[in-house]
Amino acid sequence: MERTEAELIAAVLRGDAASFEPLVQKYSPRVFATARRYARRESEVEDIAQEVWLKAFEKLASYRGEAPFEHWLMRLTVRTCYDFLRAHQRNRESPFSDLSGPETDWLERFVTQPETAAETADAAKLLVGRVLEKLSPPARLVITLLEIEDRSVREIAQLTGWSVPLVKVRAFRARAEMRKILTKMAMGKYL
Amino acid sequence: MNIAELQKKLLAAARANVLDDRVPYAFEKRVMALLASRPVADRWVLWTRGLWQAAAASCVAVAFLLGAWAFFNSTASSNSADLAQNFENTLLASVDQNDQAQ
Repeated sequence: MERTEAELIAAVLRGDAASFEPLVQKYSPRVFATARRYARRESEVEDIAQEVWLKAFEKLASYRGEAPFEHWLMRLTVRTCYDFLRAHQRNRESPFSDLSGPETDWLERFVTQPETAAETADAAKLLVGRVLEKLSPPARLVITLLEIEDRSVREIAQLTGWSVPLVKVRAFRARAEMRKILTKMAMGKYL
Repeated sequence: MNIAELQKKLLAAARANVLDDRVPYAFEKRVMALLASRPVADRWVLWTRGLWQAAAASCVAVAFLLGAWAFFNSTASSNSADLAQNFENTLLASVDQNDQAQ
């Protein structure tokens, strides 16, 4: 008979480390999907996921079972991703002059005929990835959670551990930071 | 170029990006192997570390208490000297009056 999550967690806390494996197996897809929003290289994604599970094992005693395990794990995942962003800010200084051909084409199409520049185009996805990489860690986190994952301010506060007013302030600053980056990109390309 | 529109379009592009939730082969085995290979925290090490931290905190507290005691004691001793003098003056006031009368 398959054991419930609560039973697995209780077993791990009693010292049966093997009971942790089904949890890793069940929730790794969510951890990997979240990590891929913040890291581009697959080796970095794996490092984040590994770090999340090691932390989850260490801190399992702090999980009180009041909310689903998945919520607790997602909080841990988002905070680990944020730590990763703060530790890896190297890409933020790269110039926009190295845009690929399709990216430049998409931008040109947007300038001349905005309605023909489709959001679903691969070039647009590459371009937004590039812009997100240039954002500061708090700005990137808040833009990802608020604008891309469509989460509420309250949810973001719970996930990040920030207060609701801080999330609002950071969201405001993040949008402004993104506009500034886009302006810089446009000026570099078209002025 | 309309920057606000570009921002909206790029965010829509990011939202349209399908999440990739692939997990590398045998990832859970790797995590379990990592957990098994980690050094188990020695109870005695934790106990000693806690003891040292407690000792350091106690030293600070004792130093603070001693400082406070020394400060208040000096203030109190000067107060008690005044009190003794006042007490003596009061007690011997009648004797002084008698002396002055004679």
